[in-house]
Amino acid sequence: MDLNLDAPHSMGTTIIGVTYNGGVVLGADSRTSTGMYVANRASDKITQLTDNVYVCRSGSAADSQVVSDYVRYFLHQHTIQLGQPATVKVSANLIRMLAYNNKNMLQTGLIVGGWDKYEGGKIYGIPLGGTVVEQPFAIGGSGSSYLYGFFDQAWKEGMTKEEAEQLVVKAVSLAIARDGASGGVVRTVIINSEGVTRNFYPGDKLQLWHEELEPQNSLLDILNAGGPVPMAM
Amino acid sequence: MSQSSVDLPPKGGFSFDLCKRNDMLTQKGLKAPSFLKTGTTIVGLIFQDGVILGADTRATEGPIVADKNCEKIHYMAPNIYCCGAGTAADTEAVTDMVSSQLRLHRYQTGRDSRVITALTLLKKHLFSYQGHVSAALVLGGVDISGPHLHTIYPHGSTDTLPFATMGSGSLAAMSVFEAKYKEGLTRDEGIKLVAEAICSGIFNDLGSGSNVDICVITKGHKEYLRNYMEPNPRTYVSSKGYTFTKKTEVLLTKITPLSERVKVVEVAGEAMEE
Repeated sequence: MDLNLDAPHSMGTTIIGVTYNGGVVLGADSRTSTGMYVANRASDKITQLTDNVYVCRSGSAADSQVVSDYVRYFLHQHTIQLGQPATVKVSANLIRMLAYNNKNMLQTGLIVGGWDKYEGGKIYGIPLGGTVVEQPFAIGGSGSSYLYGFFDQAWKEGMTKEEAEQLVVKAVSLAIARDGASGGVVRTVIINSEGVTRNFYPGDKLQLWHEELEPQNSLLDILNAGGPVPMAM
Repeated sequence: MSQSSVDLPPKGGFSFDLCKRNDMLTQKGLKAPSFLKTGTTIVGLIFQDGVILGADTRATEGPIVADKNCEKIHYMAPNIYCCGAGTAADTEAVTDMVSSQLRLHRYQTGRDSRVITALTLLKKHLFSYQGHVSAALVLGGVDISGPHLHTIYPHGSTDTLPFATMGSGSLAAMSVFEAKYKEGLTRDEGIKLVAEAICSGIFNDLGSGSNVDICVITKGHKEYLRNYMEPNPRTYVSSKGYTFTKKTEVLLTKITPLSERVKVVEVAGEAMEE
């Protein structure tokens, strides 16, 4: 049973970014793994770049932290020089410049989402390699493989804030159920003209899917509950 | 290596060429020289007044215990300490380096160091060496913005947690924390839990052993409890005492107490500072 604790820290991950009429909702799981061991079961993969722009990180933990730290610094300078809040497009472009120009050394997929007064809510996906794609919704990370079909069916134009957030929570929770490298809690960040709202959905409060069992606190609870009653003839 | 006909100026940054060469040699069958690793169980937790760090004291060199009582809790600043796992030289060097950088920064700013400053300095250094500096650290301290606890991995990624474990014994220690940790522990409860977690690593992990070191950091005050617990004392001492090998003839025995030659002065204050 080789856990390989010397493996680089990676965020297996499920990350999602979705636009709705009025803003964006970003969502992510919270599992960071080192080989087969969960190094952090409550990590925060949605990092702030500016007051109105956040980024979801996936892939190598070190690479994604360093890229988002650099871009936060560049955006801070840019905001001072510009004299007004940075736009989501500029944030995405800065991430893309770092990701593309260092594509041989970095292994991180990012989803940039935010709200600005010119374009409203926008989502930009920046996968491995450094492409930047503006999309109405974006998914990323190892858990996203299980969500392509789900989004094709469930995504609608012009959702409300509540519908969009519920969609994101449902999607992350479905991916957590099927992807070993995703787990923990579901974190969401809603960004619109009014500001930013962070939400937190603990793993045991999520809806149960096919063949999932009720979470139990301890073996003692299971034993004390008594077994199934034997049939009486 | 390739021959170049034009003399190019050296490119900036660390050159990883020798790392490739070492990998190639290991693949060809060369046995790499073993180096001193701290097999290790290191832990940290946040309690109601601050941070408690804990570590075992075994340093291994392959299968041999090279040091039965080494110090794995390193000083970074008066209010910040750092436990180190991985290659002993790497953890010592990187913590000493950042400790100096923090002191210079304190002189320049005139303020106490913040844990997040130490975190950023460590993370930048480790990331730039792409994981070849094998230092996995648990950094904890109390600064003006409260108690902080971070883990830093060799590749440069960091996590901020209320309780953390690292090293080969991290799974054993984490199981104790996951079962018993709660928010708002008192000082005694916290120390007891940390000691239990380290003991779990000492007894269940082959890379950890010997004694338990603990460091308690609160606002404005720190306590370094070296060898807080010694659950592995040397129980067998030969009654015959030390004897020279059979062919040796003792000609003369002369013992000079050191106090006759040199005046020993006790330095007041905490020796741990420098």
